[in-house]
Amino acid sequence: MANITNTPESAGSNLMARALREAFYAGLVALGLFVLFVGLKTDQNILNELILVQRWGLLAIFVVIAAVGRFLSVAYIRPFLARQKVTNAVTGLLPDSVATRFFRVPIVVVAAVIAILLIFAGNAIAAALPAVLVPWVTMIRALAIIYVLAFGFFYFRVYIAAHFNTLAIIALIFYPPVMVYFFGYQGSLKYVDNFGIQILIYVMLAWGLNIVVGLAGLLDLGYVAFYAVGAYSYALLSSYFGLSFWVLLPMAGIFAALWGIILGFPVLRLKGDYLAIVTLAFGEIIRLVLINWTAVTKGTFGISGIAKASVFGIWSFDVSATNNFAKVFGLPMSSAYYKIFLFYLILALCLLTAFVTIRLRRMPIGRAWEALREDEIACRSLGINTVTTKLTAFATGAMFGGFAGSFFAVRQGFVSPESFVFLESAIILAIVVLGGMGSLVGIAVAATVMIGGTELLREMTILKQIFGPDFTPELYRMLIFGLAMIIVMVWKPRGFVGTREPTAFLRERKSVSGSFTKEGHG
Amino acid sequence: MEYFVQQLVNGLTLGSIYGLIAIGYTMVYGIIGMVNFAHGDIFMLGGFAALIVYLVLVGLFGGIPIALALFIMIIVAMVMTGLWNWVIEKMAYRPLRGSFRLAPLITAIGMSIALSNFIQVTQGPRNKPIPSMVSSVYEVLGISISLKQIIIVVVTAVLLTIFWYIVNHTPLGRAQRATEQDRKMAALLGIDVDKTISITFIMGAALAAVAGTMYLMYYGVIVFTDGFTPGVKAFTAAVLGGIGSLPGAVLGGLMIGLIESLWSAYFTIDYKDVATFSILAIVLIFKPSGILGRPEVEKV
Repeated sequence: MANITNTPESAGSNLMARALREAFYAGLVALGLFVLFVGLKTDQNILNELILVQRWGLLAIFVVIAAVGRFLSVAYIRPFLARQKVTNAVTGLLPDSVATRFFRVPIVVVAAVIAILLIFAGNAIAAALPAVLVPWVTMIRALAIIYVLAFGFFYFRVYIAAHFNTLAIIALIFYPPVMVYFFGYQGSLKYVDNFGIQILIYVMLAWGLNIVVGLAGLLDLGYVAFYAVGAYSYALLSSYFGLSFWVLLPMAGIFAALWGIILGFPVLRLKGDYLAIVTLAFGEIIRLVLINWTAVTKGTFGISGIAKASVFGIWSFDVSATNNFAKVFGLPMSSAYYKIFLFYLILALCLLTAFVTIRLRRMPIGRAWEALREDEIACRSLGINTVTTKLTAFATGAMFGGFAGSFFAVRQGFVSPESFVFLESAIILAIVVLGGMGSLVGIAVAATVMIGGTELLREMTILKQIFGPDFTPELYRMLIFGLAMIIVMVWKPRGFVGTREPTAFLRERKSVSGSFTKEGHG
Repeated sequence: MEYFVQQLVNGLTLGSIYGLIAIGYTMVYGIIGMVNFAHGDIFMLGGFAALIVYLVLVGLFGGIPIALALFIMIIVAMVMTGLWNWVIEKMAYRPLRGSFRLAPLITAIGMSIALSNFIQVTQGPRNKPIPSMVSSVYEVLGISISLKQIIIVVVTAVLLTIFWYIVNHTPLGRAQRATEQDRKMAALLGIDVDKTISITFIMGAALAAVAGTMYLMYYGVIVFTDGFTPGVKAFTAAVLGGIGSLPGAVLGGLMIGLIESLWSAYFTIDYKDVATFSILAIVLIFKPSGILGRPEVEKV
């Protein structure tokens, strides 16, 4: 009863008291969670015996972070989010969204000035400052550039959303020349190879898996098996028979599709989680066979020295070849041409995947997949042959996995079973689900964020400044990847793109919110 | 014959460990229909907790009796991993409970990646060997049975009995079974569904922690990646026995253990996991809901 006459002040102090109490509990729980694993570290001494190293300071930091985070969340962030949903009594409008508050014109002017100043005079400024501050200058420059770019995206968001596909393809086509222009041939390697090719491989794999999981609704946890089949068919056939990439690329796709049918056939009757565990088992079986069949696959040593691809046999990238790309055009020798060629190759493969997926969705088979995903019984009652429908989904998805696999082998020049562990399947599936299942754009965005984000961590020299020179950001890559998966999923359970244009519609095309459908898309 | 019985004993030991982990999978699946992929890493976390407790105990009181040390290790590991799973369920799985089927699965896979890398970062990537804790071996009719194996089988049997009693004969177990059958109806009848689910996660984690301690004691070594393979095998065991069924999980665990040790004994050890997974596939092809699982009746 007393609660009814709450004045704002007492509500405020109640909130503070509650925040403090919850912060205390959070700290206590954090202490319990981390006391053994962070407070103590097992280490080997000279006699190779395990000893314990005590790290109570680090434990205290963990506990304080948990408590302060909980306090801020209860006392400020949650009330703020609640206020965002309440309309103003006078104007009758919702408060400005966080994004419009964040992207203000005065701020962007300041950021642009800083960015331009640091781009042109950054080296001079860095030279004048002590070495400790140099990474900070780099970081401020990067942040300013990112802010200006993000403002651009935000300002033109309607236009970008309307023309996303065209803009993205144009941007990707001009990506390598722009990188070469800014960083030179050697400097562009990092951006074209580590970011560009790496992300595009995952985009392709995720689009391939999307056919199985997103369209046909068959949960496949062993997709990496087909990736492995593609990679090993290229590696083995090119090193044993000397066949070229352009012959083996379709063959790798066919082999993988065959394996898709072979592995798909026994699991036709299985559903949901049973299907998941059997596909996971198949993925593991293929990896274990690759490890143990040493006579052919060389086991864990892997196959190295895999031949490079050529530009349709016209120009080669082998240094000794007479038709070497650089020699033919009289360019200075560099490995960058090959990487740029590979970038365009994987881009073309990705676009092929997207094109095929989009076309297939409009064909009877694609509609049958989507019908199968939503309701198998209804599907069967309507006379759809579920056996062939499922098998074609497995085979088509596997085929793209095979293409991506042979591309992977040609890019690395080396394959070993290490590259085809379950973690890869999990990452690919995570990208598909985080992207909103079935939405090609969403999946591409998810791949860029998750793979690009973790690759970015390697570049963070600034972290070394903060945590000391022994700090290796790479170690934390997968930890952050896992946490990001959880956070994105809890924050947006339907993925980045939760709505989708329906393929079949009556009179008018209406976007359906993901929450109305069974598997998360319209 | 003696060789065969020897392998049977080894398989039974291994199967007990798998069975303990599999119960966690099967219970969580039964109650909220989600594959808790992080459960294998919870098991690994339990093993690490036991390892650290063991080192603390040896450091504080050098000559502590092994039985007492083992008891303390099990208890602390159970409490620690229970706390972990409680927090994980609350923060990562509960917000997604009403969501579509794949969302909690992806979160659980993310949690599995995060947990194993958390241990790698905080405890280092190397193998953690400990000196053999229990080394007595008994000869019975030409079969050597180590005390370790006896401890594992006995502890498993005792825990399963306690567990079976809790699920079948206590108000808590009744609440769990009710929640499993119909969550909304259970809530309407006054069962605190959230609490019941939390307790289920804690119980599953506690059993996984015991399995972790037993694993550490049996093999004498643990490493941060150890959650994956036993986790997948335990999940295989749960599916083999019929996911959602408690006796099925134990049966599946024992079967996987026996298949593994018999295959390694009579064929090549390299392909023992291939054999396990192949048998899983074969069983599921002929009996898609597992050995003891009830076939799901689809209603239109």
